[in-house]
Amino acid sequence: MKSSQTSKKEELKATLKEIGKKVYSDLDQKKFPEVAFPSRSVRNIVYDNKLKQYILGQNTVTRSAGNIKHIRPFTQLFWLAYFANKLVSESKTSTLRDVFYSSQAFDVDFVDQPESDEIITDLEAVISRPREDFNIYPEERSAIFGDVTIEYTVPGYEGKTLNLSSHPDGYLIGPSLSTAEFRDTSAEMIIAIEKGGLFTRFVEEKVHSRYKSIIIDTAGQAPRSTRYMLRRLNRELKLPVYILTDGDVYGEHIAMVIISGSVGAAHLRELTVSDAKWIGVWGSDIIKYKLPTIPMTEIDIKRIYELKKDPRYKGGIWQKELDVFLKLKRKSELEAFSKFGLTTITDKYLPEKLEEAKSL
Amino acid sequence: MVSAQVTFSEISPSEFFYRNRDLAGFGNPARALYMASRELVENSLDACETAGILPQIYTKITPLDPNESTDPRAYVLRVQDNGPGIEPKHAPNAFGRVFYGSKFKLRQARGMFGMGGTMAILYGQITTNKPVKITTSVDGKKFYSLTMLIEIQENKPSILSEETMEGEGNTGTSVEITLQGDHLRSSQKIADYFRQTALVSPYANITYVDPLGRLSFYSRATESMPPPPQETKPHPHGIDVEAMRRLVRDSDEKTIQKLLIENFHRVGERTALKFLEFAKFDPQANPKSLTNEEIVKIVDAMHKFGDQEGKQIQDERRVEKFLAPDASCLSPLGEEILRAGIQKELQPEFLATEIRPPSAYSGFPFIVEVGLAYGGKFLQEGRRLFRFANRIPLLYDEANDVAWKVLNEGIDWKNYKIPENAPVAIITHVCSTKVPYKTVGKEYLADRPELERELKNATREVLRQLKTYLSRKGSMEMVKRKLNIYGKYLPLIARFAQELSQANRPPRYRGLIGEQAQAEGAEEKVEATAEGQIVEQKQEEEKQSKLEEFANV
Repeated sequence: MKSSQTSKKEELKATLKEIGKKVYSDLDQKKFPEVAFPSRSVRNIVYDNKLKQYILGQNTVTRSAGNIKHIRPFTQLFWLAYFANKLVSESKTSTLRDVFYSSQAFDVDFVDQPESDEIITDLEAVISRPREDFNIYPEERSAIFGDVTIEYTVPGYEGKTLNLSSHPDGYLIGPSLSTAEFRDTSAEMIIAIEKGGLFTRFVEEKVHSRYKSIIIDTAGQAPRSTRYMLRRLNRELKLPVYILTDGDVYGEHIAMVIISGSVGAAHLRELTVSDAKWIGVWGSDIIKYKLPTIPMTEIDIKRIYELKKDPRYKGGIWQKELDVFLKLKRKSELEAFSKFGLTTITDKYLPEKLEEAKSL
Repeated sequence: MVSAQVTFSEISPSEFFYRNRDLAGFGNPARALYMASRELVENSLDACETAGILPQIYTKITPLDPNESTDPRAYVLRVQDNGPGIEPKHAPNAFGRVFYGSKFKLRQARGMFGMGGTMAILYGQITTNKPVKITTSVDGKKFYSLTMLIEIQENKPSILSEETMEGEGNTGTSVEITLQGDHLRSSQKIADYFRQTALVSPYANITYVDPLGRLSFYSRATESMPPPPQETKPHPHGIDVEAMRRLVRDSDEKTIQKLLIENFHRVGERTALKFLEFAKFDPQANPKSLTNEEIVKIVDAMHKFGDQEGKQIQDERRVEKFLAPDASCLSPLGEEILRAGIQKELQPEFLATEIRPPSAYSGFPFIVEVGLAYGGKFLQEGRRLFRFANRIPLLYDEANDVAWKVLNEGIDWKNYKIPENAPVAIITHVCSTKVPYKTVGKEYLADRPELERELKNATREVLRQLKTYLSRKGSMEMVKRKLNIYGKYLPLIARFAQELSQANRPPRYRGLIGEQAQAEGAEEKVEATAEGQIVEQKQEEEKQSKLEEFANV
């Protein structure tokens, strides 16, 4: 039986082949090939209440090789499909920047990297899959630590296994981890934490064994590979996901993106963990734990008003906590607990919040 | 107090010119070498054209002493033509005397009164003390040679030697003078002069050998020559008091009316009567009885006749006035010759001409002709102006010329969508019985409103033509660009599609490229050339796809 990763790869290759065949037969019949995909314009991004995430609406854009204005991006998109197919077939990975430079061997005339990034997103929209599926990864990487055994699928490591609690600095969530199969775990939950410093503290304080958890450092706004990893751990190992962030509007939004996805990835599914829970730091925690604070800026406050209107923030604790922040006009960070001792966050705050999460 | 005694003495015209040689353009050795060359060349061209002979002009400048190498130094300048030649008995005076006296008839000519040639001889004589050598033949059988100096104070030739030889050859005249010159500082101007002369007289064969022995040959590009200009009588609007006084003095007519009819252009019996009535003179009065004041009054009235009345009496069916001067005496280049000249010397990518209808200023008829050259082999980026008047190139003081003013101030180039640094040359030619030079140097034209208006209209017309050409060319280039874009990207798409679909041959898409450009080209009303390319390409593609089919069998 094929593993989930291998079959995913085969599916992708089939999809790309289909696209290639269509364009080939158009050309062969002396027709200008076209490709249609959902429009990512702001007007076409709508919130889906059922999926609890932003999705693209009914509008599509058609890019035709017969249009003088389209032929260059069409060629670029098609080059990328060709390039993605090669990456996947040869089990090689690439980065956004790498793609930009790879393109230069083919004369497809990307002006700059933002332009090639845009075409990558177009291909995501065409095949409704994240770029990680065709082995293109961003530069930023986050980390994972905990008792979970993985089995590599990347070339040269196939069949090899590794327990992710073997190295206290954690493991980068890169291409080989993203494509690895999960084999075994004793963990009962995932704790995603916004900051690298606290990730290290949590490992030191043995949060993984004390709370039977896998710890993930999101390194700020979680990259898509991390969100995808969270979703897989949640789905495949049936582990609940708890999110700890700074006590401010940005922290709240980091949690929200893990749960409901981002506007920028409205063309993609399978990047959300809709039952993940944000356990803090809430605005009300700042009051409750008497955390040291700093004043909010104008921009912070403006951002709160923006998010208050966002459909993802409807209901639950989301609006309530935004209102608390707005009332406080002050914010706090995870490190603020250090005022009460370095282990207060792991010894006192974390268990209390995990308990509280059960009622969410 | 010191008292100064002033003595007045008469000087001859030769002496006058000698003393004021810088006025005539002989101010310094560099300018003088250029001026002397052009004066002699222009005399030759005038002589040929008047006789209806296709000109063949040979000019050679050699250093007198080849061992001397610093400018300024003495040069020998020789100009030879195939003109009608000069009767030996007239030759000494033709070159050795500055003419003066009454000249009532007008004619479009390069120089006036042939004075320029004499000036060149005079200049050579005073700077090197060498005589002029003239050889001329009116029949191609007898060749008359003459060596002479000019007696400056007496304004007459002094013959040193003369001889007549028999032989077989052509008619024509050769003039050789020795003069102080500066070739280093005038070589560019002289070269420009010959090239531009070749442009404006494309029916001439012009050869020039410079002091370094370099030969430039400007070959004839057309056999047609403009008809020789005709002499004409002065128009009343253009007469001045001095000319009128001489006319009265020299005329034998018994009545003023008759004097006007006989000596003026556009004055017939009836017009003369009407005018004299207007000027309040008795038509039957004897011209000799006119006082100075009356002459002034009559000239003044000539300039005014027809002017003010027209405004006051509007219901009168016909306002009495002198008709505008008739321009049939003029000899414009015409479209054919102008085009041939520009084509020959500039070889432009695009060429337009505009010949304006005749017009007049102050009683002098004139015709403006404007040519435009765009792109091609020789034109550099930026605008250039080539000015000509009565077929002579004007090389100095461009920025003071009315044509320059029109080009740079009178015309909004943006209206014609011509890029700032487009390689454009504007060629202006003004021909007239009296070209309105601003100064005696004859290098730039005054901004007479009539002249400015004609130049502006003509320039606008050629610019409009260029605008049309450029926009047409622009859309052809658009098609070409599209062809290029499709030609570049479609093969890439085909390649990627083949790889993705794992097909074993490239898709047969090649016809698409041409079709597309053609479809888009038709939208933009592009003409035959682009389609011609497409047809070629299609044939190429058919060949290609056949080959491919063979390969796949």
